[in-house]
Amino acid sequence: MSVLSVRDLQVSYKTQAGPIPAVRGVSLDIDPGEVLGLAGESGCGKSTVVNAILRLLPAGTTVSGEVLLNGEDVLSMKPGRLRAVRWTGASVVFQGAMHAMNPVQRIGDQLAEAIVLHGQAGEKEALVRVGNLLEQVGMPPRRLRDYPHELSGGQKQRVMIAMALACSPSLVIADEPTTALDVMVQAQVLTLLNKLQRELGLAMLFITHDLSVLVEVCDRLAIMYAGRIVEEGPSTPVFETPAHPYTEALAAAFPAIGDQRFRRAPSGLGGDPPQPESVPEGCSFHPRCPLAFDECPTIVPELYEAGEARRAACLLVPKREAVAP
Amino acid sequence: MYRKNTMGMIGLITLILFVAVAVFAPLIAPREGLEATCPCNGTPFSPPSWGFPFGTDNFGRSVFTLTVWGTRISLLVGLLATAISMLIGSVIGIVAGYYGRWPESVLMRLTDWFLVIPFLPLAIVLASVLGRSLTVIIFVIGVTTWPSTARIIRAQVLSVKTRPYVERSRALGSSSWHLTTRHILPNVAPLIFANTILTVAIAILSEATLAFLGLGDPLSISWGTILQFAFGAGAAGAGQWWWLIPPGLAIVMVVLAFTLCGFALDEILNPKLRER
Repeated sequence: MSVLSVRDLQVSYKTQAGPIPAVRGVSLDIDPGEVLGLAGESGCGKSTVVNAILRLLPAGTTVSGEVLLNGEDVLSMKPGRLRAVRWTGASVVFQGAMHAMNPVQRIGDQLAEAIVLHGQAGEKEALVRVGNLLEQVGMPPRRLRDYPHELSGGQKQRVMIAMALACSPSLVIADEPTTALDVMVQAQVLTLLNKLQRELGLAMLFITHDLSVLVEVCDRLAIMYAGRIVEEGPSTPVFETPAHPYTEALAAAFPAIGDQRFRRAPSGLGGDPPQPESVPEGCSFHPRCPLAFDECPTIVPELYEAGEARRAACLLVPKREAVAP
Repeated sequence: MYRKNTMGMIGLITLILFVAVAVFAPLIAPREGLEATCPCNGTPFSPPSWGFPFGTDNFGRSVFTLTVWGTRISLLVGLLATAISMLIGSVIGIVAGYYGRWPESVLMRLTDWFLVIPFLPLAIVLASVLGRSLTVIIFVIGVTTWPSTARIIRAQVLSVKTRPYVERSRALGSSSWHLTTRHILPNVAPLIFANTILTVAIAILSEATLAFLGLGDPLSISWGTILQFAFGAGAAGAGQWWWLIPPGLAIVMVVLAFTLCGFALDEILNPKLRER
């Protein structure tokens, strides 16, 4: 059974100008021990998906579809059950670790918060476990007496990771865990996450806009554009031979150092992602797509089979498949 | 930080002096001096002398003794009334700010309602309906000074509740009680503290006002009641300045001291004010 199974998730935010659809039908599956990467530009709905999984969206947001966490539907849970499932079923490594900690509490108390809240241990026992958690993420246990301002950015992110592991959840959601960290620290944090994931056999949902990070960390990739998944499949093939023009543009945006091709022609993708309140008709990517043809503005592409265990939402995919054999 | 603030230090030292006077009142001036029948009393209406540094009142009681013992009551009323005011103000501010929607509308309209009622008429009505005692005075001041606190706290809660650590704590399964007491309250506490000190000044002044108007407890001597006795006995008209100035000056100094401390703290806790 999948740890997390999202079916046709739709989220629209309530604003004064009317509802704004941020996620328009996303389906995901994560098996035990698997790492799924979710990538896309800012504003494509990645973080909304995360918040919908734990029902952290602001009041008034309409959510439909199904979010099954260990087989239990999160969206229909009663408040008490929901609170119990938060962090024990799925925990989050938040983006911007700098601000995700209460400045007036010692980090030990904040780490113990989840353990104590879920009644897994008393205050004293929790602090012992917190010491072990800190060691697991490579920090001396004595640091639990420190306040957040006494830690560096990388250390704070380590503490956030330790916090995510506090209640031994079956799923860890890493929401852009390396933003605002410099490259060296980024690498350390990624190595740490990778190591812990393998040691503990965690299922992980890894969210970032940095494709190169995902390829190193993830088993499978899902690429989001304008609130939908446009391509998914095993990470290396998706990155190296993208089936969707959007994935291709994303992958090409990361130059390989030393490769002459990138040096001569640094590539990027023109234009901006569409505003969620006015997503283009047909394929939402067609105004920016270099390969768009006459059918793109009228037909909404579904996820077509695109090779082994791969799917992509581009009208060119079925055409190519038809020609290839 | 605080020590560098000259005004704040002046206020703090003045306060410490007054608190010391209140605590050690029995050592400074014997309690019998408050009785109209005490043999220690001197000639009524006598101006300051070595025996009676602030002169005497219409019973021959030493105004110095009265003022010293008045410190106790004035500070007590000021602190207790502030405690009530802070409790109501903080709870209402946090609940309104945290829950938003209809609880916020209801609580904030209630706050506005209390804010626009003129203090003095309400206090006079409450004091005359509930009777003249120290408890009533404390209660009346407490329930009339909370609205501004509630508004300030609510504004800060609105800002604190959207911070990522609150969201993080919610994501790990915190209840509203846990969130408000462990994350929001500690982060608005500095504001509550600074506001408390400013409110003490207002409370002491209010007590003096009510006592001067004859709504105080006639059995407990506060600076306000001394002024009321003096006014009733015609001290102002008879030129008995020594009876009016000590309690009056004491009120001004304590209120000023609390205000200076409050402003100094506000400046330290609220970096935006520092540039002024």
